[in-house]
Amino acid sequence: MSTGTDTDPGAGTGTSSAATGGGTGTSASASAYEAKFRVWRGDADGGELKDFAVEVNDGEVVLDIIHRLQATQAADLAVRWNCKAGKCGSCSAEINGRPRLMCMTRMSVFSREETITVTPLRAFPVIRDLVTDVSFNYTKAREVPSFVPPPGVAAGEYRMQQVDVDRSQEFRKCIECFLCQDTCHVVRDHEENKAAFAGPRFLMRVAELDMHPLDAAAESGLDRKKTAQDEHGLGYCNITKCCTEVCPEHIKITDNALIPLKERAVDRKYDPLVWLGNKIRRRGE
Amino acid sequence: MATGTQPPPASTGVRGPSRAAIAPRHLRTDRWWLAPAATAAGLLAFIVYSTWRAFANDDYYAAPYVSPFYSPCLAENCAPMRSGPNWEIFGSWWGLSPALLILIFPLGFRLTCYYYRKAYYRGFWASPPACAVAEPHAKYSGETRFPLILQNIHRYFFYAAVPVAGILTYDTVLAFRDEHYAWGHMGLGSLIFLVNIVLIWAYTLSCHSCRHIIGGRLRHFSKHPVRYRLWDWAGRLNGRHMQLAWASLISVAVSDFYVYLLASGAFDDPRFF
Repeated sequence: MSTGTDTDPGAGTGTSSAATGGGTGTSASASAYEAKFRVWRGDADGGELKDFAVEVNDGEVVLDIIHRLQATQAADLAVRWNCKAGKCGSCSAEINGRPRLMCMTRMSVFSREETITVTPLRAFPVIRDLVTDVSFNYTKAREVPSFVPPPGVAAGEYRMQQVDVDRSQEFRKCIECFLCQDTCHVVRDHEENKAAFAGPRFLMRVAELDMHPLDAAAESGLDRKKTAQDEHGLGYCNITKCCTEVCPEHIKITDNALIPLKERAVDRKYDPLVWLGNKIRRRGE
Repeated sequence: MATGTQPPPASTGVRGPSRAAIAPRHLRTDRWWLAPAATAAGLLAFIVYSTWRAFANDDYYAAPYVSPFYSPCLAENCAPMRSGPNWEIFGSWWGLSPALLILIFPLGFRLTCYYYRKAYYRGFWASPPACAVAEPHAKYSGETRFPLILQNIHRYFFYAAVPVAGILTYDTVLAFRDEHYAWGHMGLGSLIFLVNIVLIWAYTLSCHSCRHIIGGRLRHFSKHPVRYRLWDWAGRLNGRHMQLAWASLISVAVSDFYVYLLASGAFDDPRFF
């Protein structure tokens, strides 16, 4: 591991608001201090953790500090960001080894003495510095068949009871930061599983559609419970809940999406009582 | 689940060629090992205790209390329990501890429980040991193949756990007698049994399979208002499934140990009335 010392002795005096992406340049305040950062620098050919000392002010988040680093010491530092409000899902990274949004990680949660390590997401191919290639997720998104409109109902005439869509709406809070995909050990620790496993975000999408009161997939011959298991790798999930732990929107991915989806798969494949009940009473809708 | 325990080869996982070149398997600075270590220690303690008690075949009945490990008692070699759960289904040929006949059901229920799966996958199998901490296994197939595909039978153990909880409820009612089987009495044991059965039911009804069977499998809650209400209640309990899993595990061990103390003569049951 690198102990490179790219530290600029003049660090911590960044003052150019424009250069920092807006609002991160500051005038020194009484409570400002200099934090120790280790940031991964490199690309697909290699890289290392480099040490920096950067000024921190009250109320700042890790992304502010990364921006100040960019403005004052490492102008070519690559970082992906957009809204700075925890809603775009762009600034996902690993901070002290934990997948988090940089814009939602307050500096006040760290002690002033500790060294804060920032690395790119470690489940995806790195492009440069803190930027990774998350195209795996878009590939998996395309593999999930979309909502199937109910036959005979025009687009403007969909009517649903709120109580029927509450469950799906929880999943719609997803900002696609892919922290759950990053932390899921099925693909994080086993690259070879990426072909077979969609990951928690897209299994949640399958669950959302399967719970949708108007989705007509079953009527069109598409059994989402079956495809969840056969095509999206539901069985790989061993429900260790890391996806839920890292979700910045606090979606209960495991309890409300993945486990119910597993139970639905059990309904159709492993429970003859439910199968028989469905045959006799045509329940389940 | 993983089929190998060698360190992952350099070509896969977080040390794969396309990933950021970072040597350590994790960079977490918190005490991430504490939760899986505590979980493993807690489960191991229960396994040791329950194995001892299940095979002991002694000191499991002290009127009017019967240990939950031995209820119902399904063999002829059970201690006679007046009005108690003595059903000699297995007759006289069963020579081992009668606890082994019944414990398979609560054991299977907990072994396939979604919470306990998380707990032992993390605590015992390190798959993963903690979030964003690389696991030590070379391969992983999860619950896609034998034997772990059998985790899908959880709901059958749920179906079995319900009557077992019903019998323990019956035992709790019987606990409101004194040692001469006169009704209308209460001792410390009655209280322990009461707390235990409340926790057992809360754990059983908070089960993910229960929640699904009650209403989770529906797509139109609005057409099933009663099941929706029940699903909502099960969901609230389900939010505390982990706490209930531990609380009921501890309470069942405490209930058994209390009966052991009484039956072995180490302690007398304090009577309230």
